[in-house]
Amino acid sequence: MTLLACPSCDALHDVPDLRVGQRAYCLRCDRMLVSGRQTSLDRTLAMAFAVAILILFALFFPFLSIEELGFGNTTTLLGVAAAFLTGWLIPLTAAVTASIIAIPLMRVGFLVYALFPLWRGGAAPRHAARVFRWSEALRPWSMAEIFVLGSAVALVKVADLATIGFGPAFWAFCAAVVIIAFERQITDSASIWSILDDEK
Amino acid sequence: MSVTTAREAGMVACHRCELVHNADQTTCRRCAAKLHSRKPQSIQRVWAWLIVGVIAYIPANLYPMLATRQLATTHEDTIVGGVVVLVEAGAYGIAAIIFFASVVVPLSKFGVIALLAWSVTRPSGLSRHSRVHLHEIIEFVGRWSMIDVFVVALLAALVQLGAAASVHPGPAAVCFALSVAFTMLSAQSFDPRLIWDQPESTAKDI
Repeated sequence: MTLLACPSCDALHDVPDLRVGQRAYCLRCDRMLVSGRQTSLDRTLAMAFAVAILILFALFFPFLSIEELGFGNTTTLLGVAAAFLTGWLIPLTAAVTASIIAIPLMRVGFLVYALFPLWRGGAAPRHAARVFRWSEALRPWSMAEIFVLGSAVALVKVADLATIGFGPAFWAFCAAVVIIAFERQITDSASIWSILDDEK
Repeated sequence: MSVTTAREAGMVACHRCELVHNADQTTCRRCAAKLHSRKPQSIQRVWAWLIVGVIAYIPANLYPMLATRQLATTHEDTIVGGVVVLVEAGAYGIAAIIFFASVVVPLSKFGVIALLAWSVTRPSGLSRHSRVHLHEIIEFVGRWSMIDVFVVALLAALVQLGAAASVHPGPAAVCFALSVAFTMLSAQSFDPRLIWDQPESTAKDI
């Protein structure tokens, strides 16, 4: 049994340990409190490493290219962020770099820092729980998937006017987004919290 | 249904990792976050972020989002102007996505956040459950408004074809991004627990 307060309405519940596939809902506001999922440090860490490698790979290869009337241009992910490097749009460069590159990378970095030593059977590193909290807090600001949808919209806009080529970075970034979405589905933060709690 | 809240039981749950503590604790012993029974000055923060979000949304619609130059002609498009161009070009799907993400979502978010903040300070005609759902929806949907900023970034980076054509971002992009970020912070500042703190008699409920 675990004592839990509903994050939406503060109602206290004694939640029994759940089997995989079971879910517990708040008695008052119906919000899901916990779902029994198979916690696997293996999978969470494997996905964190995969996302880091794919995003780093995407940084150094062409993202998209365009050709029309004999003129051509190729852009990279960093080139996309640098699109705003004029006048008072400059802060947007920082915001775009952060939301599609830096924050997703920081999130996986935090996960690896907090969980990798545990996976190897060692003790939790200093401030592991605090670092995991940062990773969770950054979730809404990691916007890689929104960027991919934005790319699709932009491509449909120019597809009639010019010929588009997809670079390796484009596919690597799409793969990273799919893995991030999958990670969101399978990572059970409640059980990671309890693992980190046991380590104290 | 009668339930006991953590506050009534003399306890406080960490808003980050959900560990339950005695109310006299000030820092979470697991994740070191500051403990609060309710988010501090929730409603004031909601209004403050919401007001700057609305203010930033005005220039975001008045200034051009991007400038397109094809050969010798340049035209600038605002957010709504860009949607009109897409509709005229027959790209209804894309027009709908942009219109929804850049106009419908931001405007309804302003309205819903104001409604939620207003509803916890006086008797509300809306049931608690529907207000909780509204809050969940805007928290989930709000960040997707950023899509138009990414569209502009990608177009401006990609469409640089010398004399043939080029795309340049306009000042509306930065105002719009700020408006989205401010409203995300506004929605995050809202504490849904306040909905349930209202006495039963003033909130209609099933």
